[in-house]
Amino acid sequence: MLPRPQDDVRESPAANKNSDARSLLRFITCGSVDDGKSTLLGRLLHDLEAVPEDQLATLATDSKRHGTTGAALDMALLVDGLEAEKAQGITIDVAYRFFSTDRRKFIAADTPGHEEYTRNMVTAASTADLAILLVDSTKGLLPQTRRHAFVASLLGVRHVVLAVNKIDIQGYEPAPFRAIVDDFAAICEHLSFATVQAIPISARAGVNLISRSEHTPWYEGPTLLEHLENVVIDRPYGERPFRFPVQMISRRDADFRGFAGTIASGSISVGDEIIVPRTGQQSRIASIVTYDGSLPEASEGQAVTLVLNDHIDVSRGDILADPVDRPRLSEQFQAHVIWFDAVALMAGRGYRLKTETDMVDCTITAIVHMIDIESYAPCLVTTIAMNQIAVCNIATQRPLTFDSYSANRATGNFILIDRATNKTVGAGMIDFPLRRALNLHWQSIDINAEARSSLKHHRSAVVWLTGFSGSGKSTIANQIERRLHAAGRHTYLLDGDNIRHGLNKDLGFTDEDRVENIRRIAEVARLMADAGLIVLVSFISPFASERAMARSLVREGSFVEVFVDTPLEECIRRDPKGLYKKALRGEIAHFTGISSPYERPESPEVYLNTLEAASAELADKVCDYLEANVICQ
Amino acid sequence: MSLTDLQRLEAEAIHVFREVVATTQNPVMLYSIGKDSSVLLHLALKAFYPAKLPFPVLHIDTGWKFKEMIAFRDAVAREHDVDLIVHTNEDGERDNISPFVHGSSHYTHAMKTVALRQALEAYRFDAAFGGARRDEEPARAKERIISIRSATHAWDPKSQRPELWKTFNTHLSPGESMRVFPLSNWTERDIWRYIAQEAIPVVPLYFAKSRKVVERDGMLIMVDDDRLPLRPGEAPVERLIRFRTLGCYPLTAATPSSASTVADILEEMRVSRMSERHGRLIDRDESGSMEKKKRDGYF
Repeated sequence: MLPRPQDDVRESPAANKNSDARSLLRFITCGSVDDGKSTLLGRLLHDLEAVPEDQLATLATDSKRHGTTGAALDMALLVDGLEAEKAQGITIDVAYRFFSTDRRKFIAADTPGHEEYTRNMVTAASTADLAILLVDSTKGLLPQTRRHAFVASLLGVRHVVLAVNKIDIQGYEPAPFRAIVDDFAAICEHLSFATVQAIPISARAGVNLISRSEHTPWYEGPTLLEHLENVVIDRPYGERPFRFPVQMISRRDADFRGFAGTIASGSISVGDEIIVPRTGQQSRIASIVTYDGSLPEASEGQAVTLVLNDHIDVSRGDILADPVDRPRLSEQFQAHVIWFDAVALMAGRGYRLKTETDMVDCTITAIVHMIDIESYAPCLVTTIAMNQIAVCNIATQRPLTFDSYSANRATGNFILIDRATNKTVGAGMIDFPLRRALNLHWQSIDINAEARSSLKHHRSAVVWLTGFSGSGKSTIANQIERRLHAAGRHTYLLDGDNIRHGLNKDLGFTDEDRVENIRRIAEVARLMADAGLIVLVSFISPFASERAMARSLVREGSFVEVFVDTPLEECIRRDPKGLYKKALRGEIAHFTGISSPYERPESPEVYLNTLEAASAELADKVCDYLEANVICQ
Repeated sequence: MSLTDLQRLEAEAIHVFREVVATTQNPVMLYSIGKDSSVLLHLALKAFYPAKLPFPVLHIDTGWKFKEMIAFRDAVAREHDVDLIVHTNEDGERDNISPFVHGSSHYTHAMKTVALRQALEAYRFDAAFGGARRDEEPARAKERIISIRSATHAWDPKSQRPELWKTFNTHLSPGESMRVFPLSNWTERDIWRYIAQEAIPVVPLYFAKSRKVVERDGMLIMVDDDRLPLRPGEAPVERLIRFRTLGCYPLTAATPSSASTVADILEEMRVSRMSERHGRLIDRDESGSMEKKKRDGYF
């Protein structure tokens, strides 16, 4: 048996009990470069005696080597922990520091001011309750200040302290402080903070941080620490609906089936009814299991394991929810997206989308607009560059359960992961679900695709042939069209190369242009199908997300994906246009199969193996499929 | 009902444990026998209760740990029925790599960093939980909860993945692995408060007792066995000491202390003005030395 320090617990003084009742406040320091963010946090830690003596000794050495404050200690070096940060005198990544008072424990995150490190500022803001926004009183509000205020607000940081710094350099005059407070009030009309507290400070001299300064008798508000200790962070309105994202299924043995997760909002008691929005199935809570014994009830923030009365279908990624106040279930929604990757975001591209516990493939179907985060004005763009924020429409491969981010930070967020590099390339905050705009549009027109195609005694379709260059797509498409035409079907063949001579002659071969190229072809195919035609598209279309986008544009059941599967070696051997030779010599960039990937269709409607049959036979196979499944009324 | 700070930290750690186990193939928990490892193991048991711990526990044994640590480790493994893997760098053992002969830097690299890499590669672990905390050291203050390491186990502090909310990206490219730190947001004081609250067993070396030490370069080194070469003029003396942090005995300095209970320790910490890693000789080389070790694959 191991020795247990239980006796100590009994002996522990009442003071210990009190400290256990402390609450936790997570805050960030942000603002423009050189406005003194790191210095402020360093000063706060130093003055609260939260810096151990040996770290102070290191600080003295570092101050001599890298410091910018002459003989005095450079407080910023307390938080800029990386060698590159000390050497460059800037903050690159978030530093987390900890201190506590009798009332609260604080987790402070010092965030970088430079725009290129916005992703790190966003990382810290996503979990923060409060933001200290530093403003240099000698410079006023800078573009970066506006940017950080916007990002903090967007990420749901509800409380802000406007810390007007370097007030000592202004001779402790109230005018500069008041001018900045007025400017900030104007900004706040665009933002959604619950509280704003402006405080005149000097981070370097420690003015109004912990104790009130005699130099600013005109300021009657709290010191920074007083405010941090007292600001009320609990939500003002009543309890939110129950949400429980399931992390894993706990199976101790065949008899036990529990759902492990953290309660994202609300509370739950044994006997309460819950729903699984994905399936609509309902059940009741049989027990709330924890290591410390079963609980009668549990609430927001607790990590527990729930057992249900009935054996219903629940898997990781599901959200158990209040059946009366349910989350949304949709495969299309609008969201604010922050982009992190050096490769720009483009509409039509596919990514992995991960919510707190669910994961699904998604496509950015449209960039609604980009937000200029200095003027807060929307602007129309085709791509979103690193550190930019945009409103996007997103379609997922299956319905997703979510709330809007403004209602619930935990069930309204997601990240975007690049399938090839596995990097986190973006983060999103869901605004609202979208209805299928296309269906609405069809209902509003009396003469629709069905009416038009019925004149021709068939149903319209889009037959999408995909495969490597030289795989035989065009040859097969040509034969399909001849056969259909002979049978009296009204067809049109869209060939990738031919379209580039006309409609798409303004497009080159950059990634952006390729996406636009395929978008236009898909839209043209949609219009022609809507006009009642059977449209044949012959196009390499290497990315699954792009093919999925084309499929999503047309009526369900009318899109026929045909995978012309010719091994790359065979295409290289055939090389009808001499393109592979050039690509292998490195003369053509981004050539599918050589220097750019081809994502094989996982479940095409028709699969053609060109090594096993002649093109006429393969064309027959496609025609037979069309006649049997699509065209006939 | 709003949660206390310790309840919030506990829930966060449990969430991280579950998330990583749900999304990786072959996780492992690094167990160093210290107080942080004790808390980490306790949280892991909580995270998966009533099921058994779904991963093995790995101890990198340098061969120079305190004897009481090894005894404690084996007792814990028995009590909780954990799958304990003990790994030692056999090349280093054969070459008799010693902190006295080869210096702390070379010794740490061979017996800890290299040994850890060997074990992670041999068992093909894709995720390793560790008890490191951000308050320990400036470089750690910058690290993510889920920290991606390259095929050579290197940490690249300049290109860390953004880590928002509790929405973790646990996808790995071939050869990559991750280090996971569920205690990132805990402080030393939180650890002791939690040990008190939960009555978690820890190695008795944390509590003051009269032990045999020598004073060397201003540090108190405990004479744990007869491998400690005494320098001319050195004579072991009995002193009332305890350890704030536990590692290899030749590299871990003791603190004169009379704190014999967790409550005493909390009180001692309240008045202490030294950081916990002060007693760690391996951090002494120069400022930034932890960052360099982490870039090499150190935990």
